[in-house]
Parts: sequence; structure tokens; C-alpha cells
Amino acid sequence: MTIVFYGVAAAGLILSFAKSKEKTKLALKKAWKAFENIMPQFLGIILLIGLLLSVLSAEQISGLIGKDSGWIGVIIASIIGSITLIPGFVAFPLAAALLENGAGYMQIGAFVSTLMMVGIVTMPMEFLYFGKKATFLRNGMGFVFSILVAIVMGVLL
Amino acid sequence: MNKKRMEILKRYQFLLVMLVGTLIILAVNPVLGIHVYGLAWDNVLGMLGVLPPIFILIGLLDVWVKKETMVKYMGKDSGIVGILLGFFLGSAAAGPLYGAFPVAGVFLNKGSRLSNVLIIVGAWASMKIPLLLFEVSAMGFKFTLIRFVMDIFGVLIIAYSIEKILTDEEERQIYELAKKMN
Repeated sequence: MTIVFYGVAAAGLILSFAKSKEKTKLALKKAWKAFENIMPQFLGIILLIGLLLSVLSAEQISGLIGKDSGWIGVIIASIIGSITLIPGFVAFPLAAALLENGAGYMQIGAFVSTLMMVGIVTMPMEFLYFGKKATFLRNGMGFVFSILVAIVMGVLL
Repeated sequence: MNKKRMEILKRYQFLLVMLVGTLIILAVNPVLGIHVYGLAWDNVLGMLGVLPPIFILIGLLDVWVKKETMVKYMGKDSGIVGILLGFFLGSAAAGPLYGAFPVAGVFLNKGSRLSNVLIIVGAWASMKIPLLLFEVSAMGFKFTLIRFVMDIFGVLIIAYSIEKILTDEEERQIYELAKKMN
């Protein structure tokens, strides 16, 4: 998928360059500025993620959100999912492994959903574009919604 | 000049805190510290893979898409077209959620309606098509289907609720922020 994006970006650049050299230069300048604006927060967040993932291991997580952990397990799973920021292609195998190691569907549903919808560590970046109130609203509602997803999964799976 | 310096300091404040904190860990507990920096380095490499095309597309969009065009397709009166475009753009995206925020910034700046931008962010967070295939293979079809269908409603509800709850002034401030970041 990344290759597709590089392809689209390259095609866009070539097309843009063919139409106007100046505008293409300006576009690259703007791209760089947008990147530079976000970079310091971004690097800080990357260090924070490294720290969190070093402290929390997969075994520790599965110990906390087993099948019999019930509501407490759902809440713990949601909190872990909200705090950690694991890319999807790592998260799904991890979630599948956790299921095999005894985690429950409800808890894993809560974990996967909050992982995607709620991002506490990326909040400093979100503040920059949406401000505090909208950021808290989006993440708070995402959290509540994820618990709803977990309940439905608990019933259906 | 002083004000500018303050702003730069504020921008780098969080990074500085994290840098000092992790360097202390590295000094006190080298094993943990090296692990932290190893993971961070992997993440930086991952980001270098994904982010450049996103930012190049942001730049191109900024330069070539006219404000009137954006308003027409994603603005206040864009209706269902804006909603569908929001879902499409978000779910076709690649890369982690933090890549969505600069994209949201440029869409806001060009006059996109706030709820449509929040749909992009929501779909980007939870409905990315490339990831769905991955999810099916790891978690099973039923799990993926339940989450996907629920998320369509979840993303819509969250986007419209936020727009409703924010006052006009707060909404105006968000557009101001987007202007500053572009």
C-alpha cells in the first residue's frame, strides 16, 4: 500500500511539474513546512511510545485481560488500547496471539477498537490542529464507543 | 524576536522533556534505555517509509486544489457527497493516525466542513481498507465485520456530535489553528 502512495505522489509531482514548475516548487515547500510544524511533537511521541512498549510486554497484557477478567478486563483493555500506539499490522497478530493465550473476545474487541479510535499519546499532536476541546471529545467518545463495540462482540462472538 | 523564540521553545518543549527523560533512563538502566531507543528508531524508520508521500500530496493539494472546489465538494453544503468523500479519503489512507492530522489541517484550511474532516479522521483511524484484509486474516471475518459496520455509525455519530457540541467560536478557533499549521 505504501508503494501505491509513493506511486500516486510521484505521478502527482510529475503531472504538477509538467504544468507548472513554480507551483510544484511551492507545493514541495508547503509539504516541507507542514512536516516541519509537526516534527518535534512527532519525535517526542515516538520516544514516549518506545518507553511504553518497553515497559509493557505482551505477556503482561494477556495476564490482565483474560477471559474471566470480565468488566474489569474490558476497562483495562480499553485503557491499554487508548494509551498504546501500535501499528495495525503489528496489533492484529498481537491481538490474535492474545486471544490464543486466553484473552476474551470482549476484552480484545475493546483493545482493538480503542487502539484505533483513541490515541492518548498523540493528543499533543491533535491539539495542534483541533484544539483541546474537540480532541478530548473525539477521544472520549471513541472510548465510550469502543466499550459498546466490546459489548456487541461479547454477545455475538 | 523574543516571542518567536518562545514559540520555538514551546514547540520543542515536549520533545525536550522526552529526550531528557529517556536519556536519564539510558544512564540509570542501560538495558531498558537501549530497548526504548531501539523501538523509537524502528518507529522513525517506519515513519520515513509512510509519511513523505502523504506530505507531498498535502503540498500538491494545497497548491492545486482551489478553495472553491473544496468548498463545493466538502464544504458546508456538500451534503452526502462530502460525507462519502470523507469516508473514502479516510479509509483509502495509509499510515498511522498522526498522519491524518496534517491532512485534516489542509482540508480545514481549504474550507472543508468540520464534520467531514472529522469523518476523514475517524475513517482513517478505524476503517482503513488495507488494514481490513489484515484484520480478517488475523481476527476472523465476523470480528472484522462487526467492527467495520459499527464503526460506520460510530464515526458519523462522533463527527456530528463534536460539530454540534462545539460553539461557533470554538469552531472558528479550529479553523484558525489549521491556518497556523499550514
